[in-house]
Amino acid sequence: MSITTKLLGSKAVAALTSPHGVDRYLEMFNPMWVATEVRARVVDIKRENPNAEGSAPVATLTLQPTSTWRGHRAGQYVQVGVELPGSARRMTRCFSISSAASLPGERITLTIRANDEGQVSKFLVNEAQVGQMLHLSQAEGDFTIHESAATPTNNHLVFITGGSGITPAMSIARTLLRDGYDAKANRKVTFIHFARSEADQIFADELAAIAEADNHIDVHLRYGDQVFSEFELRRLVPDFKNTDTWACGPGGLIELVKDAYGEENARLRVEFFKPPAFSTGAAGGDVSFTRSGESAENTGATLLEQAEALGLKPEFGCRMGICFSCVKTKTDGTVRNVLTGEESSLPDEEVRICVSAPVGDCAVDL
Amino acid sequence: MTITDIPTQAQAKAKKRSTVRASDPKNPNLTPAQLDEFGDRLDALRQEVLGKLGKEDADYIRMIVKRQQQFEIAGRALFYLPPAWPLAVAALSVSKILENMEIGHNVMHGQYDWMGDPKLNSRIYDWDTMAPGENWKYGHNYIHHTYTNILGKDRDIGYGILRMDEDQKWTPQYLGNPLYAFLLMIFFEEGVALHDLEVDRIRSGERTWEQTKQVGKPIVKKVGKQVLKDYVLFPALTGPLFLSTLAGNAVANVVRNIWTFNIIFCGHFPAGVATFTEEECENESRGHWYYRQLLGSANITGGKLFHIMSGNLSHQIEHHLFPDIPARRYPELSVEVKKLCEEYGIEYNTGGLTHQLWTVAKKIVRLSFPNGKPKTNRTESPSADESVAA
Repeated sequence: MSITTKLLGSKAVAALTSPHGVDRYLEMFNPMWVATEVRARVVDIKRENPNAEGSAPVATLTLQPTSTWRGHRAGQYVQVGVELPGSARRMTRCFSISSAASLPGERITLTIRANDEGQVSKFLVNEAQVGQMLHLSQAEGDFTIHESAATPTNNHLVFITGGSGITPAMSIARTLLRDGYDAKANRKVTFIHFARSEADQIFADELAAIAEADNHIDVHLRYGDQVFSEFELRRLVPDFKNTDTWACGPGGLIELVKDAYGEENARLRVEFFKPPAFSTGAAGGDVSFTRSGESAENTGATLLEQAEALGLKPEFGCRMGICFSCVKTKTDGTVRNVLTGEESSLPDEEVRICVSAPVGDCAVDL
Repeated sequence: MTITDIPTQAQAKAKKRSTVRASDPKNPNLTPAQLDEFGDRLDALRQEVLGKLGKEDADYIRMIVKRQQQFEIAGRALFYLPPAWPLAVAALSVSKILENMEIGHNVMHGQYDWMGDPKLNSRIYDWDTMAPGENWKYGHNYIHHTYTNILGKDRDIGYGILRMDEDQKWTPQYLGNPLYAFLLMIFFEEGVALHDLEVDRIRSGERTWEQTKQVGKPIVKKVGKQVLKDYVLFPALTGPLFLSTLAGNAVANVVRNIWTFNIIFCGHFPAGVATFTEEECENESRGHWYYRQLLGSANITGGKLFHIMSGNLSHQIEHHLFPDIPARRYPELSVEVKKLCEEYGIEYNTGGLTHQLWTVAKKIVRLSFPNGKPKTNRTESPSADESVAA
């Protein structure tokens, strides 16, 4: 960290530039100048599956983060914030980093599938241009390995991924190979990936090259109807239940993998995407308050009222949506704003629980 | 109830009183059904504007932040040039006024939360004044905006120092009403910071020292930060000009104090603004809440620049009806609100700055003395009396 960065990030400068903070002044000159925030400029965009008919396009974006980027461990994700054109709303979504582990300030890549429901992913894949500025968080998540090419173990590693869930595993594999992983260590890696079709396979060439090379990494690609089965896994990795495994993909795949490994198997680390839930249009389902562990049948009343009915005492103020005292994070499900009737299904969304009623299943961090 | 029947020039016909009750004959006695309908129409209005929020609003607030930063940079820099001292103070005052009103107050109301920009988020932003945002949001966004003008509930009626309503029991200490008001104006920043301590409620025993210490801690911390910034760091950066910069910063803070005090006192204290009793607001409908906000607030007329410099709180009525809608939308909303008021026969209290201020000043002076005639036309509520008088 340079002296300038240190100085700009100091408490004295923070005091002098309050309440906006020094970054608001620096960005008047150059959006890449920051002291505390993390931003990135898109420097390259590459389409990954140009020949895939009928499936959503996938692109890899190369980002140059600001000097404040602290780097990432392979397998971590980052929150990406972007103001979509025509709207002033900043939308923030999480994306796994697909490039090998980075050092502070180093470039990273995100490989993103443009989901039909995903406004942010669609924008980043289809519309973003080189030069686009993005807001980033620091890297987050524990879906990582603690071993490196230099770690003197011969643990067998297993990756089971589906669709764009390949990205964190790819980051791990790339990191191992970059850092000198080879067959000499006699350490086996089994990489099993499920894709919709061969044409839809991302990183196809690179995976083929990895499979080809003498590196003890076995790559097994499965397409279309070939779904995950415990039988097949046992054939590839007989002792899989006692093997360190990373699984990432859609909810359905993760459920199958979890069943195979058994509940509470510490060898298995999972990460899955959270697609926006679709509104059932009526009350019903279950409301769960994840922090307190309470849950009950959704009565259709506001989240605040339902929480109180369960004996919880969330903070509140006006109880009519004006004071923002009761804002909580809705982690899953759909809520309807009782004042406006507007429904929202975004995951990890901040809602005023006094004017938000769940529609169907709903989970709130409370 | 009427103690001063002085017809003002602007509104010779409608007699203005020192204190107006919601039950006053000049106010329409709307039926619950009418109130519901009234509420629905305001909800519809709100919906319409919410639907329009977008780039324009985001560009506007970012433009204001940028201008404010430019004024601040200019002000801080001009202190290095001793002959430009008055200019420096002027630029810094404008910056502080913009920051406190159009940016701080409005951002902390959650008006721009929909943008998803953490820098403009009500839960993160903390303004350039001694009152910590966290405390202020409780006292202001919740207590004041929910219980607006309910005697004994809304602590912004007189701020625990002034007698601003006939139903606050008179004691001889209120002879100092005008003096207290003047001092509050000069030290408004400190006053707002201390407001949340609710010192008056410690005296009356409603609050313990322990609770007060909890509220006090963030205040001490924030005051320390503000003092460090304006009275130590920035003066020190100008080296030999330390004292002149310190004085300049102090003057800018006071200029901001005077301006904000005047705008804010015109929001709820001009003649004709009504207060409510707790009984009148029991199990209140949304329509009645809107109705109370309307009767309990007053606007100030003026040009575009004036509205910006007042954070659009010159549209106090619209602000109280729609506290979480970006304030730049209030002027367009006021056209519709006025029409609705005419339709329902509700007085829409508005006037020029000097006119509104004059009636506020008269009220402050008048209420420093005991009420004249005994009240006749409304039932007393002793409990409200007690708590307000505290």
